[in-house]
Amino acid sequence: MKFNTGAVVHEPGSTKKNKTGNWREERPIINMAKCTGCGICWVVCPDGAPFKKGKVFDIDYDYCKGCLICKRECPFNAIDSVDEER
Amino acid sequence: METLVVERLAQFVNNGELDARMIKVESEHSACSAAFGAQAAGVRAFSATNSQGLALMNEILYIMSGARLPAVFGIVNRAMSSPINIWCDHSDTMGCRDTGWIQLYCESAQEILDTTLQAFRIGEHKDVLLPVMVCFDGFILSHLYEPVYIPTRTEVKPFVGKYRPHVKLDPDKPVTMGPVGMPDSYMEFKKQQAEAMEAAKKVIKDVDREFKRRYGRGYGGLVEKVNIPAKTIIIALGSVCGTIKEVIKKHKNIGLLRIRSFRPFPEKEVKKACAKAENICVIDRAFSFGNHGPIFTEVNSALRNCNATITGFIAGLGGRDITPDDIENVIKNADEGGTLWLDVFGKGVSR
Repeated sequence: MKFNTGAVVHEPGSTKKNKTGNWREERPIINMAKCTGCGICWVVCPDGAPFKKGKVFDIDYDYCKGCLICKRECPFNAIDSVDEER
Repeated sequence: METLVVERLAQFVNNGELDARMIKVESEHSACSAAFGAQAAGVRAFSATNSQGLALMNEILYIMSGARLPAVFGIVNRAMSSPINIWCDHSDTMGCRDTGWIQLYCESAQEILDTTLQAFRIGEHKDVLLPVMVCFDGFILSHLYEPVYIPTRTEVKPFVGKYRPHVKLDPDKPVTMGPVGMPDSYMEFKKQQAEAMEAAKKVIKDVDREFKRRYGRGYGGLVEKVNIPAKTIIIALGSVCGTIKEVIKKHKNIGLLRIRSFRPFPEKEVKKACAKAENICVIDRAFSFGNHGPIFTEVNSALRNCNATITGFIAGLGGRDITPDDIENVIKNADEGGTLWLDVFGKGVSR
């Protein structure tokens, strides 16, 4: 790790290196059979964790913090959740 | 109090004597935030405040030093409410002792001006990069009329120099300031800050020496020594040192150690100056409730391996004058030890 004076980050886009997925308490899981690919989950996610995979969406678990806003907002109830186990 | 400082600066800007922009804000919290923003944008920022106003800035003070932005603030030392009191003591700046700002205390009006010039050089030094508070006693110095030599811009320029920020916000070269420091990195950044504060000791001395060479006025760097070594040494900071200097002229074997830099604390210099002293008297214009005066505690820590008796004197809170008689009382009680209060409830000295 580099420790620049005043913790200044000189390279843009470094947030990607900081994997925040391990903060997650609950894991959202998209039911691919129900997913219509509307993208509402991607719109509402504070972290941009959902991504398009073919015609449906999947979740990048490296960054998903498990807030479950996607589960609440999905108009097709296509998102379930389970407790995260480590 | 600081209003005068800011009013004069506003005049300078309005008259075109100072190449600066005045930002009007609604509170000290905002003033400090605006100064942070200006420094982040790559220019020098100055503000002035005191007392409750400084307390309101407190949150941003830590952010500024952590981000290593070397702003300079003039702090007119004043008591903290309640009861409401607008007069001099050091409770305000002692309360932000650990904010990571350098704190320099002045004895005279001329020293305030000179220290402000020095402060930019100290804070902006590449080994330091820390914000600086130039502290001076409310009323006693802030409302004192005495001749001050104000150098011209051409005189000051070669000393202060052009500001070259170590980092700035620039759309062409984007950076992130104030990111998250997780448990895996926060401590490293704090260690860097601690090292910068340590490095400031040498820089404060060097800058004062260079200032003296250039302008003929010097203040001793971290500490000013009068009649040292001596059997009894009084340690104090700020304007009261002028009174002490007068009183000790009438005595033999009494010296004064004036702390100019409280942060960083000149531990080595205190140790060296007090090595042969028998009695050390520390005058505090502030009190840490539940313990002792803040300077007393620092001096005790610096002299932990010495045999001298160290006595703390709490004096001049909320603008009560510290008179020559009070200093005589300090000298009389130099071997008492512990903390004594001067001139309170009508008694000269009390526990």
